[in-house]
Amino acid sequence: MSILRVQGVKALPRSVCAAAVGLALGLAAAAEAQQGGDRIEREVETYRSMMKADPWANPGVLDVDRGEALWKTPGGPRNVSLEACDLGLGAGKVDGAFARLPRYFADADRVMDIEARILWCMEKLQGFERTKLITRPHPGAGMPVKDLGAIAAYVASRSNGQSFAADFSHLKEREALALGEALFFHRSGPMDFACSTCHAASGKRIRLQPLPFFSKADEARMIVGQWPAYRVSTTNVMTMQHRIYDCLWQMRLPEIELGSDVSVALISYLVKQAEGGEINIPGMKR
Amino acid sequence: MKQQPIGVALSVCIAGAGMAFAQQRATVDEAKVDTALGAAFANASPEWMSRLKGDQTMRTCSDYKNSPSAELARTIAARETATIQYPDDGNLMGDWKKGEQLAQSGYGLRFTDSPTRETGGNCYACHQLTRQEVSYGTIGPSLLEYGKVRRFSAAETKATYEKIYNSQASAPCSLMPRFGTNRVLTIEHIKDLVALLMSPESPVNRP
Repeated sequence: MSILRVQGVKALPRSVCAAAVGLALGLAAAAEAQQGGDRIEREVETYRSMMKADPWANPGVLDVDRGEALWKTPGGPRNVSLEACDLGLGAGKVDGAFARLPRYFADADRVMDIEARILWCMEKLQGFERTKLITRPHPGAGMPVKDLGAIAAYVASRSNGQSFAADFSHLKEREALALGEALFFHRSGPMDFACSTCHAASGKRIRLQPLPFFSKADEARMIVGQWPAYRVSTTNVMTMQHRIYDCLWQMRLPEIELGSDVSVALISYLVKQAEGGEINIPGMKR
Repeated sequence: MKQQPIGVALSVCIAGAGMAFAQQRATVDEAKVDTALGAAFANASPEWMSRLKGDQTMRTCSDYKNSPSAELARTIAARETATIQYPDDGNLMGDWKKGEQLAQSGYGLRFTDSPTRETGGNCYACHQLTRQEVSYGTIGPSLLEYGKVRRFSAAETKATYEKIYNSQASAPCSLMPRFGTNRVLTIEHIKDLVALLMSPESPVNRP
């Protein structure tokens, strides 16, 4: 309405009117784009709440089932199952284990997240060759998640409804956390990007994609508990290690190794930010 | 002469950037970060590994979570200003149509990207630029009517070229890439982006 009135006042110089109209149009375009973004986000939120109401509608549950079979069925060169694998609560104890990860494991003498630990068990118990497991460890678009990722999705889903409660009391756990924080703010690559370039403020977007602010507890809790997640755009389950690998690819950095101390440290930092957040796996992402 | 705008930009930067993390320094030794990074990318070539080690400016920005002290900010601004190279003929404006293509493209420099295909500026990832493109990010400010509000002045054209070539010359620890200094974009392509922002014919400045 105010635009019409400005246009109707003849005494105003034309340039002022043009500027006012231009500004109004600019704001309208911005508001329209913002509304477009908001509408998409609302639609996706509706989709997510429907998925939550009916977990069987999430295609990711197929990989959770596949992961359960892989966990329980003898396999690998030694033809043993992973049921002797200690995820931190004792050999074969799966329920609630993910909620306490990442943690320090004395047998490996390092801090591990869910994927680094399953990798270790597949190597040490089942006799798989580590180099084979970490070569092309993530699926391309349209391809199913690799076995390790399916097992991770299964194990993680057995903490559904629980809260993130890794305690980070061991010296090496505290070191991983501090390293993760430093890495989160570490700028590098030809674009000078750090995780914090995109994830250190609320309400920002890349194009229309909203970006979580990971140093803020409520935003971190909302996001971290959804991984591993089913990704609609690639029609497969994506694990947290894969998600970080993808971020680093976009940051123009080299290929990060699955289960490396760097990825475990970053995951430790994210899980610490999400402490107390509810686990609900597999999540559903764009 | 040159100190004044830098000083103004600095105070804006220090007041505005990284407020949430002001003065929180990193608690981990840089050497530890380097060691961990070296091990995590064991299969990368030396050329790719060199990307992980930031230069002195990046190290300061990482260490201070993008909120450097006024003194460090001055050091960064001086160091980065010295890296800016200008076109031989002094003409800073290229082709805005080419600039729009470059602003749309996020291609280049990823390990799956072909080095022979053109690298984009990916401006829309973070900035609003034209009314036509509604899919834009908000990490950076809106640049709608950028040239118009600057009255298309020659001084602003130069400042724009310098901002794209090296954002940290005027805003130390800016989140924006240093496109010229880091050889992400060529001088010709930076000129095209300057035209996109500063040309009166560009859709950035058209109703």
